[in-house]
Order: sequence, then structure tokens, then C-alpha cells
Amino acid sequence: MSAITLGAVRPRFRPRRISPARWGLYAFILITALYFLLPLYVMIVTSLKPMAEIRQGHLLALPASPSLAAWVKAWTSACTGLTCEGIRTGFFNSLRILLPSVVISIVVGSLTGYALSLWRVRGANILFGAMMIVAFIPYQVFIYPLVRVFSFTGLGQSLATIVTIHTIFGLPTMTLLFRNYFASLPVELFKAARIDGAGFYQIYARIMMPMATPMIVVAVILQTTGIWNDFILGLVFAGRDNLPMTVQLNNIVNSTQGERAYNVDMAATLLTALLPLVIYFGSGRWFVRGIAAGAVKG
Amino acid sequence: MERSNVDITKLQIGFGGLKVLENLDLHVDASEFLVLLGPSGCGKSTLLNAIAGLIEVKGGQIRIGDRDVTWAEPKDRGIAMVFQSYALYPRMSVRKNLSFGLKVARTPQDEIDSRVGEAAKMLRLTELLDRRPSELSGGQRQRVAIGRALVRHAGVYLFDEPLSNLDAQLRAELRVEIKRLHARLGATMIYVTHDQIEALTLADRIAVMQGGVIQQLDTPKKIYREPANRFVASFVGSPAMNFLRGRILRDGAPVFIAGDVRFDLNGYAFRIPPSDAPAILGIRPEHIEIVGSEHPSAVTARVEMVEPMGADALIWCRLADGTAFSFRADADAKAGAGDSLALRFPAEAFSLFDDQSGQRL
Repeated sequence: MSAITLGAVRPRFRPRRISPARWGLYAFILITALYFLLPLYVMIVTSLKPMAEIRQGHLLALPASPSLAAWVKAWTSACTGLTCEGIRTGFFNSLRILLPSVVISIVVGSLTGYALSLWRVRGANILFGAMMIVAFIPYQVFIYPLVRVFSFTGLGQSLATIVTIHTIFGLPTMTLLFRNYFASLPVELFKAARIDGAGFYQIYARIMMPMATPMIVVAVILQTTGIWNDFILGLVFAGRDNLPMTVQLNNIVNSTQGERAYNVDMAATLLTALLPLVIYFGSGRWFVRGIAAGAVKG
Repeated sequence: MERSNVDITKLQIGFGGLKVLENLDLHVDASEFLVLLGPSGCGKSTLLNAIAGLIEVKGGQIRIGDRDVTWAEPKDRGIAMVFQSYALYPRMSVRKNLSFGLKVARTPQDEIDSRVGEAAKMLRLTELLDRRPSELSGGQRQRVAIGRALVRHAGVYLFDEPLSNLDAQLRAELRVEIKRLHARLGATMIYVTHDQIEALTLADRIAVMQGGVIQQLDTPKKIYREPANRFVASFVGSPAMNFLRGRILRDGAPVFIAGDVRFDLNGYAFRIPPSDAPAILGIRPEHIEIVGSEHPSAVTARVEMVEPMGADALIWCRLADGTAFSFRADADAKAGAGDSLALRFPAEAFSLFDDQSGQRL
């Protein structure tokens, strides 16, 4: 019975053979992937080899007896300038800079973005265009004036200074990100909340921010990678006790006493890159989710 | 439940140099169902938003329940509102959507529970209370939005095109539900729509608006039967009213001349004494009837097209001078394209308008 009905249905067209264009596409993707994965591969295998094996020069060979000795050394006892406590101090410094900077810049940025999303006057788009451009001005231009400002105000180099700096530089992007998202929400949502008696901050905290989860994820990724990878601002504004991981990594890699410990350098570099990698892999699914579903029509 | 009247005097609203409403007066009785009807951009939504306190007014006064609320915050006006896009809080469950306003107002929890329970029961939402808006259908979402308004126990309920996002069948269902709700609560309701069927079925009174001005404010029956001007006549009614261009002639008794066809005006209730002048004759499709050709006031017309509509048929005709019009006939009326028909245009069903001003004569 069912066989008869199935037979009556015309089979849907489905290409069985993969066309040459497809092959070309796959080949391109494969080569691109290899191009970016090869350095990573070299770094990982090198970090697992002892120096004696590295000296033989077989860059691509797998380690004869993989060992984590270089990783332990990079973490606990590699010399970063005068002290030899490994890169871990840098890791925790970076964390102490990262956490408040990310939280404060997102809170302030989303709040200004929310306020600006309600501000719909003529010329607003020009202003936002200008903010966009400002966000792309190289930091270096601001460094000298900012150093003068911070020394004049007596703040100098400290954890608070570097957190302030990261917050300021993060603001244009964060503000625009959240403004554009909030401006895309139906105004009626805001009106309904006003009729329900919620005030400016209540609407922000209880209605807007819970809806902005995808934006918060994007903001966390942008800010975390940006702040974690920062070198020059940390070097200039953090002060000697708070130097971030990137600065300490540079100190390890560029310290030139005797033989260059490639395995330790590689391990230290991978350790430094670990956090942004984890963030990227861990947050992917949030992008795909339609969080705002059901807010309005369908 | 409190039932407030609404009094609007000399209301002015503008954005920049653009005047949307100017010197608008409107009175809504307590427990009345008033519909603001008009095409998009006529100012009806602006007026509703002004009553809700969501846009600033430039002048005039708004009183709700005999309290001047012109400058009051939306929450302090004793109003509740339902929006076209539902505007449910997407990250909250239905229960939290309903109770949010009461929570903000620090209502005691047992009072919140009883009000939410009551509204949910009235709108058949009890099973849906723990769902998110995204898990509901369009009709259910709009019922939640209505529920969110009901729990406020407001003096006036405002509806901003609440059914426009729904498909035809749901719209008809929810329309009945809103009407039932009004009958049950006896609450004051102001309802904005561009759909004249909604207006005619729901309203105690309809305010037809165009260009920021109320064109006519009356009961649905009056609006339909005696439109105050050509705009109201053409906007209300589907299929639309027919308009014939011609002139009034006082030839003893007044007659209307269109081309070489004479329409007897005996029986038409003139508002002002007729004078010889160009005018427009309006007549609704259901008022024209087929008669025998020997009928004294029969008018001959040629059938162009027949549109069967189920219960009846819409027949499109042309007069001898080419004027096109349509009329409603029995579904089994024997008429086909090319046929010649004798028709009667009853004067008591006419609407005559001044050719220049468009005002009813």
C-alpha cells in the first residue's frame, strides 16, 4: 500500500555527483584551514618536546616522548624580567584587569546605548556615524595626552587607571552595539512598561537587559579578547605590579640569556591565548539562539 | 471597578513644525465603547497615545475621571493599554507579564495572585500562565496583552489596533471576545482601528478621523446611514458607497440629474433647503433594487460584471452616460454581463453631498 503511494510520488531532484566547482570550494576551504592550523600545530608539538629534540630541527615531527615540563616551567618558573615566577602572575594580573573592565564597560555602554536608543532626533545618525569613526582611531594617538591627564590628576599607574582606560576605549563600540540593538526593539515594549509604571532604570534592568542576552555575549567576546590581547595600554597605565599577561609573555620570549627556550616560549604563548579561545568556543551557541523570539509578531 | 469618563478639550499635538492635531475636542462617557476610526496617518493613534500620556501635548487639556492628567505620568492616569504588536515582555512567563505592573506598584502578593487568576480565567489563559510569549500563538499573545491591561483595574482601557496583526478568522473571534468583555465589565474603552467592520461591530459611538480632525462622531448606525461628508461616506461601508456626479434641480419637487438620468429626490431628508447646484449623489450597493421596467422611476443600466459573494452577489453596472456603480442582488439573481436591467434608486436611502465642500446636504 505504502509502496504504491511512494512509487506515485516523483522523486525530488537531488544532485548525486559533486560538481568540479564544489571540489574547488572544498579544496580552498581545506587549504585555508591548513594554512591557519599549521602554526598552531607546530606550536603545540614544540611545546611538548624537550630542547634536545627541538635542536634536531624537525619542525613538524611529533614529539618522541611528549612531556608537559615546558608548560609547567612557563606557568611557574620562567623568568619575566627580574622575577622568575612564571607567567601565572601575569595571568592573574590580566584577570584582575579583565573582570572589572569588561563588567563596567558593558554596564556603562549598555546604559548609554539604552538612553540613546530612546533619543530619536534628526541628526542622531550623523552622531552615531561619528562615534563609529572615533572607535577606529588608533589608541596610540591618545596615549601621551592620557598619561599627562592621569599624572596630573594624581591617579598615575594603577589597577583603577587601567580599568578606567579600558572602559573609556570600550565605550563607543559598546554604546553603539547596544543602541542599535535597543533601537531595533519595538517602541511599544517600552511604552507598555511605562504604562505598567516602570521607571527608566527598572525598564533597563528588568526588560531591556534580559532581552539583550545575545548582545551581552557579543560584548563580552569583543571586550574580553580586546582587553586580554591589549599590550600597550597595560604596559603604560597598569603599573609595575599589575602588568598583564601579554607584557609578561613578551618579557619571557624576549629575555635573551643563553639558549632560547622555544618549548617554554610556545607553552607560555599558548597559555596566554587560552582564555580568548575558551570564550570563543564556549559562546558560539548563544549567537544562534533566537532570544528575542516572541517579543513582537511571529 | 472604577469607570472613568474622558474629556479632551482643545488638544494640540505637533512634531516640530508638523501639526498632527489642532484644537481637538472629544468627550467619552463612563462605560462607553468609543472607536477612533480612520486611515493611517489620520492622527487616531496619536490621540490615543496622548490620552495614555506616551506623547507630549502642545496645548489643551486631558481629563480622565474628572482629574486633569494632561501632564501626569502614564501610570498615574488610571489607564491600561493594549498594543498592536502585543508588546509582551519576551523574557517573562505569562504570569510575570500579567503581574509585572502590579509588582512595580508594590501590590500585596495575595492581591496580585487574585487579580492575575481572575484575568486569566476571564481570558482562558489559566493553562498558559507558565509559558513564555514565544510559545504562544498570535491570538493567545493578544489575549495575554489584554489580560495585562485588565489586571490594572483601570478606569479607561485603550486599544491601539489590537487585532491588526491577526489573521481574519482569529480577528473575528477576538472581536467578539472584546465585545463580550466590554459588556461584562462595563468599562470605558477607547479603541483605535482602520477596520470599519471592527468599528461598526464594537462601538457605542464611532469618531471617524481624517487629517487630525474628527469628521463625524456618532453611533455606528448614524455613521453608516447618514454620513456627514463624502470622506465618511466613502471610508465606511464595504463594498463601498456609489457616487454619481450631477446637479440638483428644483423642478417643482427637487430632482437629481446625472447625465440624462433623473432621480426623484422625493423622500430625501434635506439638512438645508435644496438649491440648484452641482452635487454628488451617494447610495449604498444594498439599497438599489431590481424592478420591472414598467416601474415609474425605473432607471435602465447595463450589466458589466457579476461578483458572486456567497450570500449575495455584487453586480457592476453602467448607466447610459457611462457612470459606473455596483449593487447587491440575490445570489440567484438572473443577470449576466451585457444584460439590461431596470433598477430603482430609493430617495430615502440617498446621501447628497455638496460638490465643492463634500458636506452632506
